[in-house]
Amino acid sequence: MSDLQSQDYVRRSATTLTPPMARNHEDQVAKLIDVSRCIGCKACQSACMEWNDLRPEIGHFEGSYENPNDLGPSVWTLMKFAEYENEQGNLEWLIRKDGCMHCEDPGCLKACPAPGAIVQYANGIVDFISDKCIGCGYCVKGCPFDVPRISKTDHKSYKCTLCSDRVTVGLEPACVKACPTGAIMFGSKTDMHRQAGERIEDLKSRGFEKAGLYDPAEVGGTHVMYVLHHADKPSLYSGLPDEPRISPTVRVWKGILKPLAVIGIAAAVIGSFFHWVTIGPNEVRDEDEAEADRALREIEEEEKTP
Amino acid sequence: MTRPKRALTRYTTVNRVNHWINAILFVLLVLSGLSFFDPILFFLSGLFGGGQWARAVHPWFGCCLVISWIGMFVQFWRSNLFNRDDAAWSKSIVHVVTNDDENVPPIGRNNSGQKLVFWAMTLLIPTLFVSGLLIWEVYFGKATSIPVQRAAVLIHSLAALGAIFVWIVHVYAAIWIRDSVRSMTQGYVTPGWAWHHHRKWFYQLASGQRVKTEPRKNP
Ligand code: HEM
Ligand code: SF4
Ligand code: SF4
Repeated sequence: MSDLQSQDYVRRSATTLTPPMARNHEDQVAKLIDVSRCIGCKACQSACMEWNDLRPEIGHFEGSYENPNDLGPSVWTLMKFAEYENEQGNLEWLIRKDGCMHCEDPGCLKACPAPGAIVQYANGIVDFISDKCIGCGYCVKGCPFDVPRISKTDHKSYKCTLCSDRVTVGLEPACVKACPTGAIMFGSKTDMHRQAGERIEDLKSRGFEKAGLYDPAEVGGTHVMYVLHHADKPSLYSGLPDEPRISPTVRVWKGILKPLAVIGIAAAVIGSFFHWVTIGPNEVRDEDEAEADRALREIEEEEKTP
Repeated sequence: MTRPKRALTRYTTVNRVNHWINAILFVLLVLSGLSFFDPILFFLSGLFGGGQWARAVHPWFGCCLVISWIGMFVQFWRSNLFNRDDAAWSKSIVHVVTNDDENVPPIGRNNSGQKLVFWAMTLLIPTLFVSGLLIWEVYFGKATSIPVQRAAVLIHSLAALGAIFVWIVHVYAAIWIRDSVRSMTQGYVTPGWAWHHHRKWFYQLASGQRVKTEPRKNP
């Protein structure tokens, strides 16, 4: 999204100093997606295209209701349809609205090398400032949910903005506004927790014993949460990660590798410099030249005498 | 080129041109690569026209480096094979670094340190190439799974650090051993230099050259 003089950053990619954060008296927001109330109509998907002026290329039918087949630079949210046969042998159609989860501890932001290309506002929304994006794809590696997509046209990374432009001016995200069944809710994170609690109680009373909230603690919680009927098995919902966390590989790469690099390189440079100062250059002396001349003459002599 | 009469050729023109192409590409890769490595160094991307340009151009420099290194490998692999002299030379490494050359056994065209630099780069450049391709978003972003790319980017940064470390040692050695830079810029060394630093090579060359220019009458 565009950068409307935000002074409410809590995180800013590739930034070593404190980002502008004076205007931070904001509620943490959250979007709550009640999977059990979703009818798969894709009104949210259309609303997202409409509000954000996105028109993905028309693709091909691949034998599934999923359309297009994947998130993309201009597909920021996508309804995913999974057919699941439960223990009683009944078919359950598990439909999930996929997109950025707006992690409290965002892996994309941790991985990004471009200063300010990814920011997190005080309300918790994680936003890509495309202007500063260099198109390296590091955010793809950092994200535990496989969300960011890089455009082949402008080499910028895109994903759901949680309608940060609407939220800033007190509106709800476009998908929330469009949903005909009220399956998508939006508000402060505390309110959404309360809402979810009521829904889960209701689901439990109707036989979904494992119903629960998806707000994974491994990434510090998310600002997009799901009410799931099978909260014990999130992966049933088209591969929603059971335990999403920033990969240990990414942690090593963005963590201990940096001090290790500084130590290694500094050691080589400082070591070399002080070798120069203490021991100094290794020069060829006149004696060496004389010795070499003598040796050359000897060889010549030797070869002349049969 | 003003070249002393008895100077010995250490690097041919082809050797030198290849080496400096290699060096320039390496420096460009280090500068552009480090700009992604740490926020403090992001300003280096400005040398290439900004972040997008640095990102776009780095892998292409890398591809050129691989081609250039193949040239280096073909020209130098033979003189970098380890032999018995290396064991003795390596044992006297303390004498080597303290300029106590009287106590360093004679060595051929390359010493063990030079050979190590060569083989380290021979290992690291292909590693950088393969891991670099795997994280090349524009062309290979969808070619492998995300876990593979995560491993590749970690390997790429580790290998880059290794290569930078080796490179610093290499550059310092060239400064420390006086007049070795000239061998790579003008191609020659004085007999005294060869005698002092690579005595076996000196003898090889001294007798070899004579054989070539005026063949012995009596075998
Ligand atoms: C040999 C072929 C090479 C290829 C194909 C290659 C490719 C890449 C790619 C695709 C990236 C990600 C950023 C981008 O998209 O531009 C990258 C990052 C990087 N490259 Fe290379 N590269 C190569 C060689 C090298 C060399 C020789 C060095 C330096 C010694 C180097 C140092 C780096 C560094 C430090 C990074 C940043 C890694 C990080 O973010 O932690 N690369 N390279
Ligand atoms: S593609 Fe853009 S947003 Fe993603 S990590 Fe690279 S610079 Fe950051
Ligand atoms: S889901 Fe992925 S892209 Fe969205 S905030 Fe989390 S890490 Fe970033």
